Amino acid sequence: MPDYQTHEHDVIVIGAGGAGLRAAIEAAASGGLSVGLVCKSLLGKAHTVMAEGGMAAAMANVDDRDNWKVHFADTMRGGQYVNNWVMAELHAKEAPDRVRELEAWGALFDRTGDGRILQRNFGGHKYPRLAHVGDRTGLEMIRTLQDHGIHQGIQVYMEHTVTALLQEGPPGGGGRIVGAFGYDRERGRFRVFKAGAVVLATGGIGRAYKITSNSWEYTGDGHALAYNAGADLMDMEFVQFHPTGMVWPPSVRGILVTEGVRGEGGRLVNKDGRRFMFDDIPDLYKNQVAADTEEGWRYVTGDKNANRPPELLTRDHVARCINREVKAGRGSPHGGVFLDIAWIREKIPNAPEHIKKKLPSMYHQFKELAGVDITTEAMEVGPTTHYIMGGVRVDGVTQMSTVPGLFAAGEVAAGLHGANRLGGNSLSDLLVFGKRAGEHAARWARAQSAASADDAQVEAAAREALAPFDRAGGENPYQVQHALQDLMQDKVGIVRNEHEMAAALDGLAALNRRAAAVGIDGNREYNPGWHTCLDLPNLLCVSEAITRCALDRRESRGGHFREDCPDKSKDFAGHNTVVQRGRDGSMHLRREPIAPPREDLKRVIEENK
Amino acid sequence: MPDATFRITTGRGESAAFKDYTTHITEGMVVLDAVHQIQAESAPTLACRWNCKAGKCGSCSAEINGKPRLMCMTRLDTLDLSVPVTVEPMRAFPHIKDLVTDVSWNFEVKKRIRKFKPRAPDAPDGTWRMRQEDVDRVQEFRKCIECFLCQDVCHVLRDHHKHAEFAGPRHFVYTAALEMHPLDTENRLEHLKDSAGLGYCNITKCCTKVCPEHITITDNAIIPLKERVVDEFYDPLTRLFRIFRPSK
Ligand SMILES: Cc1cc2nc3c(=O)[nH]c(=O)nc-3n(C[C@H](O)[C@H](O)[C@H](O)COP(=O)(O)OP(=O)(O)OC[C@H]3O[C@@H](n4cnc5c(N)ncnc54)[C@H](O)[C@@H]3O)c2cc1C
Ligand code: SF4
Ligand code: SF4
Ligand code: FES
Repeated sequence: MPDYQTHEHDVIVIGAGGAGLRAAIEAAASGGLSVGLVCKSLLGKAHTVMAEGGMAAAMANVDDRDNWKVHFADTMRGGQYVNNWVMAELHAKEAPDRVRELEAWGALFDRTGDGRILQRNFGGHKYPRLAHVGDRTGLEMIRTLQDHGIHQGIQVYMEHTVTALLQEGPPGGGGRIVGAFGYDRERGRFRVFKAGAVVLATGGIGRAYKITSNSWEYTGDGHALAYNAGADLMDMEFVQFHPTGMVWPPSVRGILVTEGVRGEGGRLVNKDGRRFMFDDIPDLYKNQVAADTEEGWRYVTGDKNANRPPELLTRDHVARCINREVKAGRGSPHGGVFLDIAWIREKIPNAPEHIKKKLPSMYHQFKELAGVDITTEAMEVGPTTHYIMGGVRVDGVTQMSTVPGLFAAGEVAAGLHGANRLGGNSLSDLLVFGKRAGEHAARWARAQSAASADDAQVEAAAREALAPFDRAGGENPYQVQHALQDLMQDKVGIVRNEHEMAAALDGLAALNRRAAAVGIDGNREYNPGWHTCLDLPNLLCVSEAITRCALDRRESRGGHFREDCPDKSKDFAGHNTVVQRGRDGSMHLRREPIAPPREDLKRVIEENK
Repeated sequence: MPDATFRITTGRGESAAFKDYTTHITEGMVVLDAVHQIQAESAPTLACRWNCKAGKCGSCSAEINGKPRLMCMTRLDTLDLSVPVTVEPMRAFPHIKDLVTDVSWNFEVKKRIRKFKPRAPDAPDGTWRMRQEDVDRVQEFRKCIECFLCQDVCHVLRDHHKHAEFAGPRHFVYTAALEMHPLDTENRLEHLKDSAGLGYCNITKCCTKVCPEHITITDNAIIPLKERVVDEFYDPLTRLFRIFRPSK
């Protein structure tokens, strides 16, 4: 039997971003329960810290025409109607309270003239809706939750990585969850976390791609943990490529340029100086887009009668337009297009100061990393892998997955965003469904009788974790990771087709064999090479899920675009794609019909068309 | 472009030592890129922390050519590459391995500072009103990414090891953010004077100089806090007032 330490809690939350922190706070606040919070990095460093633009909530502080119905309709339209409408409704209704709650815990948002929380414009949102703090909203959010959470009696396990879930019955059989298995990064010692309920809040999968705004943490761990326990994954074909990542210099390729730049009036132009976004307006948005640049400017400066500039259309569309310009040879020198905010000096007297005040970290980022002064020059930008709409299939009200006792919230969960997420809807998602997951996990844990982890499962998890050391001299794990990233970028990226994706599946099979043979030297103490070995199966799992789902959806919708079926199809409008691990260990795919929305919600959608 | 050599601390405890790695340099690279490249090419076990690669998370703190800096924001074209670039872990904290140190002390210190306590809401719907000017001042402090570089450079911690008695500049910034928060009603001055050891700071301003978020730690956070402590505990007039008025 391998050596391990056991920690017992009622609820274990895996992940300390916005969703995990909010879930842990809620579970602890319910009283009398012991809550553990596990994360791979230090506290406060999760992805959430990087979010820039803001969090969407229909508080109507800036435009009093806004309300939950409009937010709901915007979210459904953005998601192209394959969203879980139960979640979209709860999200739109509860987000304002969750934002105000942050203020009560010490968050300091930018203010309106009359002292309330200021809200800004963002792609796909009809009215100014994003509560924000300059362009560092995520930092404000995570720090507020962290500083509130540390006084709640939550036990935090920093720099611990979970590699397997423990459950009743055979592993992968979908039995009740009784805990999790992992290691601490510092010493590589094994840990068993026993718990009545486990909340996954592990974020996304961006590291499966070469060009990404995501950090090393985003290896799809939560997706793979759930899948390996027998849970359903849903909508995995819907990956969001953010239209504006940095493209130059090479070392910063993929780093995010916030949509806030466009929200403040930034325009996209090609090498001929043409504002190409005006050339292609999708039908769904025909009557919501500015007629000319003048109207667009009036919109971003708060004219309620103006329509948005086309730069503020949904991300999937903007990303594809940029891709098209580059492919047609109209791109910028380093393979992107130009994003220009400096031009607003034609419109306002103190433009440089205004830009620095509104977009301080963008100013900083370009100045220091690219040597570009965005108050006088245009930025070069191009699409970057940013977010996954798909994830663990959950109940919209409780956030429980299809495996009893396993909950999921935040980016790792599917449903709210459908085929495409609107900017700002993630941070609010984390709060609304983090809270719900924490609440229902606590309730579930309370109702459970004691269960114990199966020694054989622990032993198997430990054996698997140590295997790379037995293969010292095997292939370097970084090489396999890079090969995987190239494969997904080339073959299952922003523009897809049957032929390339079929090739990708073959490629993934080969990479699976290579991953099973990677080896690492050294010992278990803070060994990133070892950690990378253990990340690989997760990356491969989510890559396979993305590819299989994308192959099955023979249409284009939201973040999923196929050049061999470039249009939306009625045949695919009524279901979500779901994958589950079969008894033989292979990935099984099925189409899950979407329940029709309640009548009143249908009307809300119609009224807001 | 040329190759460059990086002299990186490797190993742990007594056996930690510099080791030279040479790698190829391309345009725009930062120190963190070089470390990653070395990891992928020749030293897969080389440990360092990072997350955002854009100066937003405060994970990649190290000492580059002896100066506390973020590895992800230090461009190679600002360094002299004709000699090896030294990369060392932060010195003010216990070493774990390679470039990683044990910064958990910071999290403990923070926990001891009394949490935010807002005044009653201003509006019947439970919300508050604040002016942007009042928020601006505190937002400067809330930019802190908890990189702990200021803690690393402060001589009270680095040279005098007063970790038990001195909270350090990061936590003065944190306390200042709470004390100057327009809604806060808690009093942390006694804690600042006694447990947090504010008096140890002799305003050398080294912390301000290394802060990657350009927070004016000394002038805007520490000095006003020192003034408040003086007013509260040493100013005879205030003391007289306190007899009649319970402290806030
Ligand atoms: C640069 C950038 C800007 C963005 N801007 C915005 C914005 O303006 N508005 C918006 O709404 N959204 C934005 N997003 C998206 C949003 O930030 C993320 O979707 C969101 O923060 C995800 O939060 P989370 O709580 O689900 O996960 P995260 O914050 O990513 O946290 C994941 C946590 O899980 C832990 N973890 C993962 N795997 C394991 C494991 N195996 N064991 C233990 N712990 C594990 C990690 O350590 C981490 O603590 C942005 C994203 C990026 C990258
Ligand atoms: S100013 Fe004070 S806190 Fe800052 S480095 Fe000097 S002694 Fe330390
Ligand atoms: S105050 Fe500045 S130097 Fe200190 S931890 Fe915060 S960001 Fe880092
Ligand atoms: S990696 Fe986030 S600050 Fe350097």
